[in-house]
Amino acid sequence: MELDPKIPAGPIDQKWERYKFQLKLVNPANKRKFNILVVGSGLAGGSTAATLAELGYGVDCFCYQDSPRRAHSIAAQGGINASKNYQNDGDSDYRLFYDTIKGGDYRSREANVYRLAELSGNIIDQCVAQGVPFAREYGGLLANRSFGGAQVSRTFYARGQTGQQLLLGAYSALSRQIGLGNVKMHTRTEMLDLVVVDGRARGIVVRDMVTGEVRSWAGDAVILATGGYSNVFYLSTNAKGCNVTAAYRAHKRGAAFANPCYTQIHPTCIPVTGEHQSKLTLMSESLRNDGRIWVPRDADDERRPGAIPEEERDYYLERRYPAFGNLVPRDVASRAAKLVCDESRGVGDTGLGVYLDFKTAIGRLGEDAIREKYGNLFHMYEKITAENPYQSPMRIYPALHYTMGGLWVDYNLEATIGGLFVLGEANFSDHGANRLGASALMQGLADGYFIAPATVGDYLAREGANTITTESQGFKSTETEVNEKIKRLLNIKGERTPESFHRELGKIVWQHCGMGRNEAGLKQALEELPKLRDEFWKNLKVLPARNDQVNQTLEKAGRVADLLEFAEVMVADALNRTESCGGHFREESQTEEGEAMRDDENFAYVAAWEHAGVGEPPVLHKEQLAFEEVSLTQRSYK
Amino acid sequence: MNFTLKVWRQKNPNNAGRFRTYAATDISSDTSFLEMLDIVNEQLIERGDDPIAFDHDCREGICGTCGCVINGFAHGHQEGTTLCQLHMRSFDDGQVIWIEPWRARAFPLITDLMVDRSSFDTIIQAGGFISIRTGSPPDGNAIPIPKDESDAAFEAAACIGCGACVASCPNASAMLFVSAKITQLGLVPQGQPERWDRVKSMVAAMEEAGFGACTNHGECEAACPKEIPMDLIARLNRDLVCSMVKK
Ligand SMILES: Cc1cc2nc3c(=O)[nH]c(=O)nc-3n(C[C@H](O)[C@H](O)[C@H](O)COP(=O)(O)OP(=O)(O)OC[C@H]3O[C@@H](n4cnc5c(N)ncnc54)[C@H](O)[C@@H]3O)c2cc1C
Ligand code: FES
Repeated sequence: MELDPKIPAGPIDQKWERYKFQLKLVNPANKRKFNILVVGSGLAGGSTAATLAELGYGVDCFCYQDSPRRAHSIAAQGGINASKNYQNDGDSDYRLFYDTIKGGDYRSREANVYRLAELSGNIIDQCVAQGVPFAREYGGLLANRSFGGAQVSRTFYARGQTGQQLLLGAYSALSRQIGLGNVKMHTRTEMLDLVVVDGRARGIVVRDMVTGEVRSWAGDAVILATGGYSNVFYLSTNAKGCNVTAAYRAHKRGAAFANPCYTQIHPTCIPVTGEHQSKLTLMSESLRNDGRIWVPRDADDERRPGAIPEEERDYYLERRYPAFGNLVPRDVASRAAKLVCDESRGVGDTGLGVYLDFKTAIGRLGEDAIREKYGNLFHMYEKITAENPYQSPMRIYPALHYTMGGLWVDYNLEATIGGLFVLGEANFSDHGANRLGASALMQGLADGYFIAPATVGDYLAREGANTITTESQGFKSTETEVNEKIKRLLNIKGERTPESFHRELGKIVWQHCGMGRNEAGLKQALEELPKLRDEFWKNLKVLPARNDQVNQTLEKAGRVADLLEFAEVMVADALNRTESCGGHFREESQTEEGEAMRDDENFAYVAAWEHAGVGEPPVLHKEQLAFEEVSLTQRSYK
Repeated sequence: MNFTLKVWRQKNPNNAGRFRTYAATDISSDTSFLEMLDIVNEQLIERGDDPIAFDHDCREGICGTCGCVINGFAHGHQEGTTLCQLHMRSFDDGQVIWIEPWRARAFPLITDLMVDRSSFDTIIQAGGFISIRTGSPPDGNAIPIPKDESDAAFEAAACIGCGACVASCPNASAMLFVSAKITQLGLVPQGQPERWDRVKSMVAAMEEAGFGACTNHGECEAACPKEIPMDLIARLNRDLVCSMVKK
């Protein structure tokens, strides 16, 4: 397998402009002859489907929800970054680029990240023109806030519903193209496989989730914008339906999977209450601007928070990181919470929680000011926990939130299979080992509105139309495999539900490949996972046992089957990377103070894994990262 | 906690549906409504019964996928709450809970508690957008918008398109849904050029999809999990009348 990142030559701030000029264009009259398949209707998929259709291409777009407006991007709360420097506080493309490289712990590609920063401003313009109701100042101009520890205010937001408003913007552009007949939208349709013939992506096989019908679609290019794989951990802040199937199927068909062990754990989520828990809810990171995080100083202190005097509290982030305090990056805050809970200082019934306390801020600013800023979040917290955070501190605990790893792509966002483009959270490209807050929305929209429309056009101009039809052998055999897999799932007729396997899978990876990872644990996971997979294929029970109607158990079973296999790739990657970096904390590699320690000499590379068969260890390929602009330093938030 | 569930079961639109009774036992009060259904479904599968099909995704009240009528109320009795955010602690121990799908001509039933809401998408496709091209817009700050107008646009934009307004309206009208979009785009300068065409096309699409007319019952406002107010419908009506005069 060859990994050519295709990074253009030239100074970093001119690479994209120059490169765009070199890209081949499709003659306007020919565009409508091409048909592009876009899987996913989130920020990445929705924006790219709309833009490609505006350009004149034919587009078919697929999503598993009942409407493109419901993709999981809708749930993003905090905001979207852009280097507009509207606040005149010293921001620039270069600073956003630098912060992203550093925040990613020097494990991302400079050229990609610079391009992202460069495009960030256009995204805001685009969204404003669509009517996205961003927060504004009294003078009528756009407001910004500082987010996730950034030293400048570059985050644009729409209260705590930024993702919703951005997605509805992309959805409106997409809807317009659907109305015009330029995009055909296929909702409640799940992609179950990728068709590859002669090294080129030719189309996809999908299942209609209402009728059960399995059928193929051929296209001149295939774009996957299918989101992240946090749900491999069962409990995460992702929607219940989020899954790895599309990306993993492409991986099995030859697409390299890059850095699967880079997963992000968000420090401020509502803690787990019991076995019934089906997902976790994020409390926006912006709360850390005013909330102070603490636990009791002594282990096993069971008093109510109000009964613990000031001097017997440990504001551990303020103590350990005086410069950044409660605003340290996500990975640092999450690990610190785990550490105090490991010391039996955690709070709540389960002992897996820390306090996020607004008492000081309410004293300083008044309850009304806090309500104005965080009212909807406090309301949400109260709804879920039946506790009033104005009166007693919130309890929070880290949870899986985002996955930086994804299908390997080059500068064109093209995978190791020709004609397969991967956008948004599904690719690995820009966030290195740790993503900064408010940067995922930015990346999804940069990929979708601006990058893919240029690079996919170049691909089509170079490679021409796909002549392989759905009647061909390649499609028929993939379709048969999909049908057989469905039959197999239905006919096991064992005892356990897919949900129960998923929950067990989650426990294994959370324990061994979660906030802290070590060789022994990872090896143990690699023993437990194949056993669970075996049991799945022997003891699964799917009802109704038929495929001619809605069958949510079958949908779930198919997704769990892929997550089970994928988990092994993730753990293999975590085992291989003996350094700590960003969201990947190898306990063997830490400084004396317990901070993550990188090993640039041996690990400044992207780990791209090639599938070698189920149950076989995947094959490692390395893309060495070259740093020409930024010099590598150990991150420090002391 | 223990509950008796009366759940609407219907294989497909051509089969007759009926309520079936299930016991939900030993449910922790911290369980959400959908998690309670998960537990019941796990038990159904284990016993060899078909699980109850229901739509859901984000489970945090923002995607608009979930929604059933619970004891006669869309999304249940708690104000400003989607079904996925409703917790069992807000029910009484031992209570009987009736669970039904949205019922409206424009939302045909798919199975059990699932309905087809694609008519909402059709309405948006008819005009719920501002026609711009990617890459063409001016700088974001070139269009100043007074904060109160922008805030009001935001309030209207909070609609999650769940369909509770339609399900709770005696006429199965989609006026609240349409008015939210009309208001959001009608309040800001970017939305002005297409304002009058937009309202005409969206209302026409709404009527064509088989939604009823608004006769001011106000059930929609009460059911809306995002608490979108009914005044927006008045605004929609005003825009509709103006649009006839303008063009
Ligand atoms: C609770 C929460 C809060 C967040 N807050 C922020 C924030 O404040 N700022 C920020 O920058 N980022 C935030 N993020 C991260 C960000 O929201 C996501 O990374 C981003 O929205 C992902 O967009 P996407 O388009 O790549 O994927 P998604 O929005 O997940 O879309 C995936 C699409 O793919 C489709 N799909 C998936 N699999 C299949 C299949 N097999 N067949 C057919 N269709 C399929 C789905 O239907 C969907 O349409 C947050 C994430 C979460 C979970
Ligand atoms: S599941 Fe998303 S709003 Fe209820």
